[in-house]
Amino acid sequence: MSAVIDDYENRELLLSIRGVETFYGKIQALRGVDVDVYRGEIVTLIGANGAGKSTLMMTICGSPQARSGQIVYRGDDITKLPTHDIMSRSIAQSPEGRRIFSRMTVMENLQMGAILEDPKDFQSGLDKVFELFPRLKERRNQRGGTLSGGEQQMLAIGRALMSRPKLLLLDEPSLGLAPLIVKQIFAAIGELNRTEGLTVFLVEQNAFHALRLAHRGYVMVNGSITMSGTGKELLSREEVRSAYLEGGAH
Amino acid sequence: METTNQPTASNRPEGAELESEARRDAMQGEPPFTEAPPEDSRFVRSLKEAGITAALVGALTVFFFIFRTDIGSGGLDLTLRPELWLVWMGIAFGARFLLSYFIFRAEEPITRYFKRPSASRRKPLPIGKIFGVAMLIVAIFLPVLLDTFLPRQNRYLLDLSILILTYVMLGWGLNIVVGLAGLLDLGYVAFYAVGAYSFALLSTNFDLGFWVCLPMAGLFAALWGIMLGFPVLRLRGDYLAIVTLAFGEIIRVVLLNWYEFTGGPNGLLGIPKPTLFGLEFSRGDDGFAAYFGIDYDPIQRFVFLYYIILALALLTNFVTMRMRKLPVGRAWEALREDEIACRALGINTVNVKLSAFATGAMFGGFAGSFFATRQGFISPESFTFIESAIILAIVVLGGLGSQLGVVIASVVMIGGIELLRNLTVLEAVFGAGFDPTQYRMLIFGLAMVAIMVWKPRGLISTRIPSVFYKEKKKIGADLVSQGEGH
Repeated sequence: MSAVIDDYENRELLLSIRGVETFYGKIQALRGVDVDVYRGEIVTLIGANGAGKSTLMMTICGSPQARSGQIVYRGDDITKLPTHDIMSRSIAQSPEGRRIFSRMTVMENLQMGAILEDPKDFQSGLDKVFELFPRLKERRNQRGGTLSGGEQQMLAIGRALMSRPKLLLLDEPSLGLAPLIVKQIFAAIGELNRTEGLTVFLVEQNAFHALRLAHRGYVMVNGSITMSGTGKELLSREEVRSAYLEGGAH
Repeated sequence: METTNQPTASNRPEGAELESEARRDAMQGEPPFTEAPPEDSRFVRSLKEAGITAALVGALTVFFFIFRTDIGSGGLDLTLRPELWLVWMGIAFGARFLLSYFIFRAEEPITRYFKRPSASRRKPLPIGKIFGVAMLIVAIFLPVLLDTFLPRQNRYLLDLSILILTYVMLGWGLNIVVGLAGLLDLGYVAFYAVGAYSFALLSTNFDLGFWVCLPMAGLFAALWGIMLGFPVLRLRGDYLAIVTLAFGEIIRVVLLNWYEFTGGPNGLLGIPKPTLFGLEFSRGDDGFAAYFGIDYDPIQRFVFLYYIILALALLTNFVTMRMRKLPVGRAWEALREDEIACRALGINTVNVKLSAFATGAMFGGFAGSFFATRQGFISPESFTFIESAIILAIVVLGGLGSQLGVVIASVVMIGGIELLRNLTVLEAVFGAGFDPTQYRMLIFGLAMVAIMVWKPRGLISTRIPSVFYKEKKKIGADLVSQGEGH
């Protein structure tokens, strides 16, 4: 479990989401969402299927764009910027369903992650990813599509890390993975946060693991935030336990 | 009640044992089973099967081959052709016998040699590479080879080679758009037309030479590629295909109807021939032959054209291969795989798509201006949809994204169709007046179906990664999800 952060007044507000509303056509998916992410912390967003978690993640990335509200990243309003512009501002995302390039090798996938970076930094970035996920090093010449689910998730995170992000957005990294692999992936995320001070915004259905890992958490129901607090607080709340954790804690 | 308690043969232990013994005996073929009849030898069985096949063929074709009716004076003339019938039965017999003897009934079918040896047993030869280099060498020395071995058909074969190379170049150009970037383009011929008309109009109106106009034509085509690219940026797959198809037709219809500018259906005449540093390939005193003090021969111009298109095609290939290793080329390939992931990595997919369209269109434009200078005359008729279809077929049959596959497919499709013209042998079989070229579309279709059944991802369906960590490894395409990234 991560330590509680108590020096918020000294920390930079990396990402600030204020009153964001997102629509798919006429259907409102987000109803005025407020989320803050401070530098160096792991923030998780939990909620049921269809609550709007992934929509919030995609709205941060600008696809779809928020109809109203404001998203500020490191002092810049990124609400109406195109996706590629947002993603080249030291934000990296490991999208839902991993979306690795299945026909390309592990090396090529990692290269794609660093496509906007200075080629001189490629080797050091590669070494870091291989250190974090030694399995990827073993599989480096293998086609992405032939990796197992857990390895593909490692590759998706590794690819995101290749761009040396300040903020890492992870959309359901535990999706469809065996509990043991989920533990490995979450341990790697925690390690990145501790050793590199990487800020992580994590969208998860696996509330138990996510809240144990995160410094702070938000609970989303029907497109609005209903609860927030430190991971420990949320874990002990009866509503959270009954709605998201019953039978899920292992 | 009494009967249910009565022990039966199967629920008593010893009874079950007896039963299983009986079953074991039965399995070993003891009575009451009769012995299987002794098997015929491989030769006899093959003969029998061949006989059945021949009889079937004979029965089915008896009326078609033996009796031939022609309209004669006062009714039908009947001619008997039993020898044709016998020949076909013989062919069926022989073919079936060979198939049965060597493949179906053989202990080790000879087809085992065609199967891919497993990777663990031996290191596979870099066949693709060797084949590619061999083809390149043949291509470079082709005019010499033709002159030495087939001097009588020299001109015809050289002309055919030029045609094939034009399609190779077009295939390589389209391969950038379809094979690498995964954007299905059914209107590629539009860029071919833009290149051809750009060159023709520039040269006839402003008296410019081929080498000046060539880059300009490529530039114009690239511009049109971008113009097509903009409206279709949001489209994928089928929708993109339909819009590009419409674009190809629009260009052709405009060329057809803008009479004052393009000459309409009459086309454009008098397009100049390319020169070698200002030397024309003509009989005159300032021609190529006179300058080098050799005898004039019209073939010299063909050889020159051949080397131009070879150089242009190789340039296309070279640029594509280099592009694949650059970030933009890698982004093309990634775009084909997953557009959303590309955006998530900060890639501007608009620019990537437009660059793919523009690069592909540029090579189409080069090929178009070469076409114009070779023909000396162009009209909208040369740029119909069937051209787009043939180029796309070459790319798909060769294997999307495979450079060597495009070459093989071009040689087979373009060369193969031409070859059909020379198959006078078939006339003997199907009767005089049988024109094999009439059936070329049928054969075309059959070939496509056959390739798609046996090699659903094209003749060469592996891609070589653009970056290696110590060793090269080919990647089979068979397990890759289809339709992604279109």
